[in-house]
Amino acid sequence: MSHRFQRPDRRQIIKGVGAAALAAGIAKPHIVRAQSDTVRFGHLTPLTGFLGPLGEYAQMGVQLAVEEINAGGGVNGKQIELLMEDSVNPATASTKAERYIERDNVACIVGEISSASGLAISQVADRNKVLFVNTGCNSDALRGANCNRYMFHVEACNSQYVKGVGRNFLRNGLIDGKKIYFLTADYAYGHDLSRVGKNYVTENNGEVAWEDLVPTDATDFSGYILKIRQARPDLIISNLAGNQITNFVKQYAEYGLDFPYGGFGFDTGVAWGAGKGNFGGEWPVIWHHLLDTPGTKAFVEAFTAKYGKPPENQAWGDYVATKILAQAMNETGSTETDALLEFLEGQKELDILKGRPGYFRDWDHQLIQEMYTMTAKPLDEVQDEWDLMVLGAPVPAADEDLTVIAPTREENACSFAS
Amino acid sequence: MELVFILEQLTNGLLVGVYYLLIALGLSLIFSLGGIVNLAHGGFYAIGAYVMVTVADRLGYPAAFVISPIAVALIGIVVERVFFRKFYRLDPALGLLLTFGIAMVIEQVLRMVFGATPRPFSIPEFLRGQVFVGDFIYSRYRLAILGVAVAAVAGLWYLLQRTPFGRIVRAGIQDPDMVGALGISLKPYLTAVAALGIGLAGLAGGIMAPITGVHPAMGNEILIAAFVVVVIGGLGSFWGVVLAALLVGAVRGLTVYFFPPAAEASMYLLMFLVLLLRPRGLFGERIARLE
Repeated sequence: MSHRFQRPDRRQIIKGVGAAALAAGIAKPHIVRAQSDTVRFGHLTPLTGFLGPLGEYAQMGVQLAVEEINAGGGVNGKQIELLMEDSVNPATASTKAERYIERDNVACIVGEISSASGLAISQVADRNKVLFVNTGCNSDALRGANCNRYMFHVEACNSQYVKGVGRNFLRNGLIDGKKIYFLTADYAYGHDLSRVGKNYVTENNGEVAWEDLVPTDATDFSGYILKIRQARPDLIISNLAGNQITNFVKQYAEYGLDFPYGGFGFDTGVAWGAGKGNFGGEWPVIWHHLLDTPGTKAFVEAFTAKYGKPPENQAWGDYVATKILAQAMNETGSTETDALLEFLEGQKELDILKGRPGYFRDWDHQLIQEMYTMTAKPLDEVQDEWDLMVLGAPVPAADEDLTVIAPTREENACSFAS
Repeated sequence: MELVFILEQLTNGLLVGVYYLLIALGLSLIFSLGGIVNLAHGGFYAIGAYVMVTVADRLGYPAAFVISPIAVALIGIVVERVFFRKFYRLDPALGLLLTFGIAMVIEQVLRMVFGATPRPFSIPEFLRGQVFVGDFIYSRYRLAILGVAVAAVAGLWYLLQRTPFGRIVRAGIQDPDMVGALGISLKPYLTAVAALGIGLAGLAGGIMAPITGVHPAMGNEILIAAFVVVVIGGLGSFWGVVLAALLVGAVRGLTVYFFPPAAEASMYLLMFLVLLLRPRGLFGERIARLE
């Protein structure tokens, strides 16, 4: 047997040329389209780590919004091209934001959950004069000391969460003259939430008598629960984040203590993760899928049809932020940062799927909006794994101004001049 | 008065140490015989939890309790045959890279199949509630875990110390070449040990599912603690691992009581101190081929 040199036959050559042409054909319009026929949105959010579960919902929310906008004709007659990446940590988030702007030429950046990464992205946005709409970072500092002209916040800040649910604790006699136990996530968000929470408690004649800083990677809360049992507080407040809340809620139920508890910060997804019979307490929430508004009903229906489960509040944030940006682009007929900034700062009332419309405050760019509280549903009424909560009335009440739960200028000094 | 609370934290800490123990024992066993530092161990722990949740939803808790460690052990057999086997006599760094890769694959597959959101799962009805011993409070479920862990440790000890299987495994740990020269092939023993170790990780994941969040990255959380336990206890030492796990739990309990921000860091400090005094860990044996 000898090896024979095989000449490629004609058929193979044609195949090869065809494949090359096809590859070029796919690649070429892609480049052309990116420059003229589409508007690029850059999305960043953590997909791994203790905030990963929320990041997954964020991506589902933004994808659905883009799909709907494109189906409705896009923005200014152009389709939106969505870029999504895992922001991982502040350093990576900053690098990726930079790349979105310089290489991909995005019109805006949407997303993020970690306040530390959000700060990093906002600095890139500020330097490059590109809009960044924050959908999940709660730290008040981002709206105060670290605020900047190019960052807007769909996510409520810690003050809104604290004042939102705090009013209920106050009404139920759990703050005035009471001793309170804080469990606080030991990182930027937790510290900020604890600071805002302490102010609220002290102003209302309560005392934060105990506080434990909990490492973000802690999974066993039994030691903390035993300390709480020893302390006998009037109220336990969780300033925990992400999976920490799931673990704490599960283990608090396990030890069966009956001190009233709740939190100043919350996401529905982590309560769903706790499971039936474990969820308890009273918590603030920015949005919930059982809200009785037409906007919410349509969103929940579309989301459930696409993903087979109801949206979590993080999905709402990214969905609404994307819709608002598209609205700004359509109404101004532009994708230029300055035009969008002017539109958003115009305090125009925006449909955010809630009972009352919201608007961005012009001096700190916070979305001023209704908040809600929720408590555990009695066990025998629970229908499915997403049906663990009873939603309270909107805060502030209908006859109150929306800003009463937002931080004041004194609480959150923000200056865009710097 | 104060002493009572410290004592309570201490005993609770020992209970927490028991979870580390279940995972650390398997890790130590696989390392001792095959020389593989199994970074995928946390991944198998997570699989155990997911199998538990999935099976319990359909067949109930008791069936899931039996099925999940067995299912994970079977996966362990496949992984050993296909991957581990090729890396036994090579540079440990290669095994490290291999298992790191497997760990990432497991996490991503779990994320693709089940999503990143934690899966809801609760303590079964018959194990809910608390037990009071004097003024101390214990969760009934955690006491049940203690029972399972003690049974697993006792069973493993018996298997390794009192059976022909255990004698060959121990001989293989000391001198694999001599065992080979005696005409005994270590291959089936390596497979069995991997299945046993990985099955223990699966068991741990299953019994932890009701009290921690069940999510794809849950293995990472526990893996580092398990490694610290193995290092403190000393490579190759059964009782060293047992003692280290309880010690880590107790130190953690005390740190939560006195200085909570260092709760997770306390075990590293303990490891540092132990290694300073005993570089091979508490009961570490000399393993010729690794030195």
